[in-house]
Amino acid sequence: MEYLLFIATDTDPEPFEPDVTPIEDWVTEGARRGIRKQGDRLRPPEDATTIRIRKGELLVTDGPFTESKEWIAGYDLIECADLDEAIDYASRHPMARFGRIEIRPIDRDDD
Amino acid sequence: MTETDVAEAIAAAHRSDWGKIVAGLIRRTGDWTLAEDATQDAFAAAVVRWPIDGIPDRPAAWLTTTARNRAIDRLRTATRQRSAIQELSMNLEPPEPHEIDDDRLRLIFTCCHPALPLPARVALTLRTVAGLPVAEIARTFLVSETTMAQRLVRARGKIDHAGIPYRVPPADALEERLNGVLAVLYLAFNAGYSNVEYADVAATAISLAEAVVELMPRESEARGLLALVLIQGSRRTARFSSSGEMLTIEEQDRSRWDRTDIGRAGMILAAATGRGAYVVQALIAQCHAVAESAASTDWARIVALYDELVVLSPTPVVALNRAIAVGMLDGPDAGLAILDDVSTQLDGFHLVPAAQADLLRRAGRIPEAIERYRQAVALTPTEAERAQLRRRLTDLGG
Repeated sequence: MEYLLFIATDTDPEPFEPDVTPIEDWVTEGARRGIRKQGDRLRPPEDATTIRIRKGELLVTDGPFTESKEWIAGYDLIECADLDEAIDYASRHPMARFGRIEIRPIDRDDD
Repeated sequence: MTETDVAEAIAAAHRSDWGKIVAGLIRRTGDWTLAEDATQDAFAAAVVRWPIDGIPDRPAAWLTTTARNRAIDRLRTATRQRSAIQELSMNLEPPEPHEIDDDRLRLIFTCCHPALPLPARVALTLRTVAGLPVAEIARTFLVSETTMAQRLVRARGKIDHAGIPYRVPPADALEERLNGVLAVLYLAFNAGYSNVEYADVAATAISLAEAVVELMPRESEARGLLALVLIQGSRRTARFSSSGEMLTIEEQDRSRWDRTDIGRAGMILAAATGRGAYVVQALIAQCHAVAESAASTDWARIVALYDELVVLSPTPVVALNRAIAVGMLDGPDAGLAILDDVSTQLDGFHLVPAAQADLLRRAGRIPEAIERYRQAVALTPTEAERAQLRRRLTDLGG
């Protein structure tokens, strides 16, 4: 199954420690286990642009579509046998401690 | 063979085999709804066939085969499900006992997966593992049958769409996940038990705890939970007065406690090697259960066990119960002093003024006790508990 991980900030994170496992190791592990397909950091919300079309007119606004103290800082697309494997891999991401991670299954209801 | 014999045989098979049959069908088809529907069909068929053909020699095997055939019928009409039909048609051998056990454990752990909302875990466990009717579960949790049915549909949907695996968790996750299972069973027990009429859910939770101990006999916390609910359940007929008000342990007629359950709990607990939060809570319950009266209760041991429990489970409610026990051992003032600290963390929780009122009453500080009982009445959610507090008030002339 495919899952998209939303790597988000959190208002109540663990205190930052400099000796935490680096993200590069997490990426390497994902490649070795054949789990991680792609992913990256995202620029902060102030660099976001939201668009809508209403009554045929394109509306462009500055910022993300939800005002929130937490924001999405990155994403990863992974392929796992099941949710437990996705939870296991996501829990090793450094941002599991310094932020939070939402695991969303890709909708495979194509039958 | 009478009608009663048949009805009893079907009820007994429902209690012991529902979960096993559903669990096996889910493993083979991966389809939760189909598994439940086909199992329901098999029991419906038994209601029709057994009075005519007689009770089969092996009711579980009859029901398993019938459920499997009904599942195949249902899959044929739904088309497309060729692999599931093949899986069901080719494995005609009755499953081995260890396979049945594995299936039951898989089912329990999957129903209690932490990715499901807690109310859904409780509902799914009672429905899918124990076969309790949806209407019964809905009544216990004070929601409409439609709401409960939707909750179950969404939970089964999430298991499928989010890829929640149908298996027992690996060793490194087992302890945490087992604690999750036990929490679900304890929640179900309390929901059933707090209600005067709907004891079915409580009894079902006890039998599920029995199943977990049977399947994982070396897990001491499972034993702790089973002993705990057996001892609490042993007071089921003693906990309300004839007029329906709740009675505290101190006030209950101890001759009405079920000694068989208390004895069984003792044996289950004696075989527990670890000392987690459920084991310690069960040991505390056991101290009450074996005492002949409130006065002759071993309060020193209860306080020592609470000292252990506040470390294992540092919650304000545990601290509150410890304060009550200290009040029984060292006198009301000692208990009240601890309650002063606890009360700041449990603002608005009705058991705080209730406990303070009891201790003040024991200390002879009657006007203050009356004041606290009044506060407690205002905060208490259930009528049975309010009635108990009002009686105290009347006794004090308040």
